[in-house]
Amino acid sequence: MSGPGPTGDGLEAGADGAVDDGHYHLRLYVAGQTAKSLAAMANLRRFCEEHLAGHYDIEVIDLMKNPQLAAGDQILAIPTLVRRLPAPLKRIIGDLSNTEKVLVGLDIRPKVDEL
Amino acid sequence: MASEPLASESSVSDDASPPERAAVLPKVATGIDGFDAITFGGLPKGRPSLVCGAAGCGKTLFATTFLVNGATRFDEPGVFMSFEERAEDLVANVASLGYDLDGLVAQGKLAIDHVRVERSEIEETGEYDLEGLFIRLGFAVDSIGAKRVVLDTIETLFAGFSDETVLRAELRRLFGWIKDRGLTAIITGERGDGQLTRQGMEEYVSDCVVLLDNRVEDQITTRRLRVVKYRGSAHGTNEYPFLIDAEGISVLPVTSADLDYRIAEGFISTGIPGLDAMLDPGGFHRGTSILISGEAGTGKTMITASMIDAACARAERCMAFVFEESGDQITRNARSIGLDLARHVESGLLRFEAARPSLYGLEMHLARMHRDIDRFDPALVVIDPLSALRGPPAELQATMVRMIDMLKSRGITAVFTSLREDGEIDQGSAIGVSSLMDAWIKLLNVEANGERARTLYVIKARGMRHSNQLREFTMSSEGIALVDAYIGPAGVLTGTARVVQEAAEAAAALRRAQESRRRQREAVRRRQSLERQIDELRANLEAVEEEEAVLLSEDEMREAVLASERRTLATRRGGTK
Repeated sequence: MSGPGPTGDGLEAGADGAVDDGHYHLRLYVAGQTAKSLAAMANLRRFCEEHLAGHYDIEVIDLMKNPQLAAGDQILAIPTLVRRLPAPLKRIIGDLSNTEKVLVGLDIRPKVDEL
Repeated sequence: MASEPLASESSVSDDASPPERAAVLPKVATGIDGFDAITFGGLPKGRPSLVCGAAGCGKTLFATTFLVNGATRFDEPGVFMSFEERAEDLVANVASLGYDLDGLVAQGKLAIDHVRVERSEIEETGEYDLEGLFIRLGFAVDSIGAKRVVLDTIETLFAGFSDETVLRAELRRLFGWIKDRGLTAIITGERGDGQLTRQGMEEYVSDCVVLLDNRVEDQITTRRLRVVKYRGSAHGTNEYPFLIDAEGISVLPVTSADLDYRIAEGFISTGIPGLDAMLDPGGFHRGTSILISGEAGTGKTMITASMIDAACARAERCMAFVFEESGDQITRNARSIGLDLARHVESGLLRFEAARPSLYGLEMHLARMHRDIDRFDPALVVIDPLSALRGPPAELQATMVRMIDMLKSRGITAVFTSLREDGEIDQGSAIGVSSLMDAWIKLLNVEANGERARTLYVIKARGMRHSNQLREFTMSSEGIALVDAYIGPAGVLTGTARVVQEAAEAAAALRRAQESRRRQREAVRRRQSLERQIDELRANLEAVEEEEAVLLSEDEMREAVLASERRTLATRRGGTK
């Protein structure tokens, strides 16, 4: 996991001892350029700009090209968004069209509170 | 896995005569003993098959065996996609069966993918499909060129995803995909209420459905397998018992009941000279079934020990299924009659298989014996005692028939012991095992005069003349020895009574002999006395004869004198005349 950054709140310092600084490391698994994949990608970028501007990075993995990566993150459904950081690991499946569920799934706190 | 089971499979399927169209549907052998026989070749090639059953009935093991056999025996690599157990657990679970999954993975013959579905980690946010599953499976299949696939248990997905419609559509697509790829697959499913699987997988996988069952009757568990459905192929429709133990999984096909088997030639000695002598050819026919019945303590086990010893001495392999004693105990006991069975065990000629009768159900016992006999290939099998096997009478009878049938068809001489004096196996029921047996030796303890004597007789021995007489036998450190029982006007006597009676007879005989000698002496004496009298009389006679002669001569002389006197007188007178 990430380095020696001492900050971060206790809640987010997950059970695996990972320390995070509020940085979101997201990985989106897609399989080819399907409508669902494209929709998910568009939705994801929109969220991140809205809620996580500046402290996120997105990695898009096309399993059609790299099928060997599917097992590592236990991917079954496509598309799947995996929140690698902050811990704990979260999986959000679907085309991310349900904004509220995505926000809950990603633990983007202000929105959770508002809900 | 040894290659022997293949031979037995083909022999079983021979007598079951697979229908001709079975050749039309290509099949893939599972390599599971017996299963390929009842399905006439195995699972349908290039199609998914459903293996379902309640928890703990052996679905995963069945599927694993299918893959391992494919990889090791049929050169068909396989993919194990586990939705429940982690790969490490799976490897550990089957390691006890001698399956080296890690080794197969390293050789590229097996791929294990653990699919973990955790509902709490998954948030559904719109439309999705299970393309990821396809990609994973496809990747695993392509990476090793797999021909076989196991999905264990795919229904777990229903707990991980809330959109059942999508799930069902995707599963339908998955099974279609498996067919398109020409993969032979086993899908396992947990037994559900009123249907074969919880989520009705049988709707999607309908080519071949195998039901595993684990039933408890009288506190004894019996595993059974049934081919519920096999589209486009004939199959055995019965419930077949199957066995899971250290040797893996084996299904016991119910062997045919016809009597068309090759008989073994020759005779085998029982190791008891006296018993051999009672049988005209000097022993039992090879490959027959011999029943030794008698109450507890009549010496059944020791007679079988004798037969085992004799067989091992002829360098024949023996297998003893013992239900009441351990092999060591029998070995020790046999030592008391001078038989050293331990050396046969050491040399590998003799194997004891001891198990409590209640350990398995009847069918399981038969299945176990079947398999052990297949592997060990003995010439003599001892089942001691037959009466220890318990079960419903009808089942018992059928099991016995099959067991005897199985042994005969292999030309194995079988020795059964039974506690029942009348040769039945179960108290209060009339299951005639004795009629199935070719030879029957009955042991009887005769109680008289405050002691018991061991007696034995041959009730029947098919195809040979045999003594119809009762014999008493003794067991000593010299072994088992047969003694002719006393059969005489006083009845049949054994033990001390026989000895007493024999002594009494000997005394009487002696008395008679003495009397006879006395009479002879008397006769001699009387004859001698008569002869003496005769001699005396003869002497008298001679004396009388001599006297007569003397008298006669005196008379003659007197006559002569008188005559001469008369002549003298006449001369004197005549001179005058």
